[in-house]
Amino acid sequence: MTSSPPPDFSEKSGPPASTGVRPPASTGRSGQSSLKGNSRLGDSVFFGLSAGSGILLLVIMAAIAGFLLFRSGIAISKDHTNFLTTFGWDPDNILKPSFGIAVLAFGTIVSAAIAMLIAVPIATGIALFISHYAPRRIAQPFAYLVDLLAAVPSIIYGLWGALFLVPHLNGLMSWLNEYLGWTYIFKTTDPGAPARSLFTVGILLAIMVLPIITAVSREVFRQVPRAHEEAALALGATRWEMIRTAVLPFGRPGIISASMLGLGRALGETIAVATVLSSSSVLSLHILDAGGGTFAQNIALKFGEAGPLGKDALMAAGMVLFVITLLVNGAARLIIARRKEYSGANA
Amino acid sequence: MAKRIDVSGLSAYYGGTKAIEDISMTVEPRSVTAFIGPSGCGKSTFLRTLNRMHEVIPGARVEGKVLLDDENLYGAGVDPVAVRRTVGMVFQRPNPFPTMSIYENVVAGLKLAGVKKKAVLDGVVESSLKGANLWNEVKDRLNKPGAGLSGGQQQRLCIARAIAVEPQVLLMDEPCSALDPISTLAIEDLIGELKERFTIVIVTHNMQQAARVSDRTAFFNLAGVGQPGKLIELDDTQRIFSNPSVQATEDYISGRFG
Repeated sequence: MTSSPPPDFSEKSGPPASTGVRPPASTGRSGQSSLKGNSRLGDSVFFGLSAGSGILLLVIMAAIAGFLLFRSGIAISKDHTNFLTTFGWDPDNILKPSFGIAVLAFGTIVSAAIAMLIAVPIATGIALFISHYAPRRIAQPFAYLVDLLAAVPSIIYGLWGALFLVPHLNGLMSWLNEYLGWTYIFKTTDPGAPARSLFTVGILLAIMVLPIITAVSREVFRQVPRAHEEAALALGATRWEMIRTAVLPFGRPGIISASMLGLGRALGETIAVATVLSSSSVLSLHILDAGGGTFAQNIALKFGEAGPLGKDALMAAGMVLFVITLLVNGAARLIIARRKEYSGANA
Repeated sequence: MAKRIDVSGLSAYYGGTKAIEDISMTVEPRSVTAFIGPSGCGKSTFLRTLNRMHEVIPGARVEGKVLLDDENLYGAGVDPVAVRRTVGMVFQRPNPFPTMSIYENVVAGLKLAGVKKKAVLDGVVESSLKGANLWNEVKDRLNKPGAGLSGGQQQRLCIARAIAVEPQVLLMDEPCSALDPISTLAIEDLIGELKERFTIVIVTHNMQQAARVSDRTAFFNLAGVGQPGKLIELDDTQRIFSNPSVQATEDYISGRFG
């Protein structure tokens, strides 16, 4: 009896608080029994569930990569031309199958780049407006509205792009051609033709990725510690200077991550691009001219009528898109990691 | 360099709630004035009205006058941004900009004021860090992130950042409450040096600290929860801690409440 601790003591001294598990109310009178651990069923079940989910993800990733690699290997070995530099797409030619991704890679990258150039600054602006400028009464409905834009299906954007955007872009295009035509990029060889160009696709993609970039950036800007904003204000910063000094640098990794999410959607967008772009196997730096193609659009257009080799060839194109996406994401990770010690994380 | 602060009839509100009521006091140039009082008595709120930081909180507003020498900070046409360049502030938790190096942190205020010359900035960085007793510890790593310093060093970095713009007044809101005793001592020594150049107002929960660093002490109190805070007594620090003229002050400093 003398060595046993008082009962209220044995209640309090559990395992370390970090496990979050309280021992069952001790019934043992001796001091030792209250320190012995039970097997914690909840812990092991939850560990199994979360670890299993993680492993499942890796397995799915590996399965997709393996499948793509295998099928593209078959296709590329039968290609009579250089897969990377060929413009045309004719894999089902029985005598001489020839297909390449040059036009698709160019079109995908250019349209996504245009989308990013337009969307990232505007999305950052909208996000700052919602998080730091608009009165709360307006900010909240406005944020919902932006979120709603993200929920509009691609085909709606595609239809809107084809039926509204294309006919209404001619004015802007002739303006660009007239004043920026000397840059070569904005030169139009066929003025007045329908604007079914990579430029139009870029604008449409910009509108489509705007909501996701805005939503993520907005949340990041809201995370900026009040202390940093007040530090800037107390030094005599105006609101804009405070945003430049405290908010934007803190939010920079978040803006990059948000842009990557948007870029992923822009690179992979299928049906909206297929609806707007007039497909052709022409690679032209004149981004206002109709024609071109993207990986996803090409797959959507060709899959239905493709023969066995044609399907494998499309897999190979998909593989390249997969690799491009990985490379872009890797680059973004590097940019973020390079300034890790300056991130807000250690503040 | 240092200016007199003259407050009269000042009340501050958060939305419909009155946080402090009818405060009047004078703070002499080149002196340290400490604000003490129980939590919620409005001493931090009052401090933030002295550089117009109170109003950055949505719905917050101020009534009354704060004269800096002869200029009313709340007069018509006064720019709060200009006020904050004249009246610097150090916060409760060290808040160096995490995305900036030590050097960039110190010159952040000057950059905002449009100073660009490298030679000028270099000079200010050295003099400010020396002024904050931090130079010897960081002179070899000015380009390392400010957030990598210890808590006490970070707070001295924040002081260096505040004095780099040569303010007239330096407000300190519990600058040592997040620091260990050794860092606290370093900051207290620093306050003693800084008062040669600046008018200093410091909020503190530590009464020994108030007694050690300040020339004058103001005691704030509130009648009850939800009531606005009021200035009870302002006097020489020695008198406040030995023979205060109000009973509530004596009760507070002798630990009978609060």
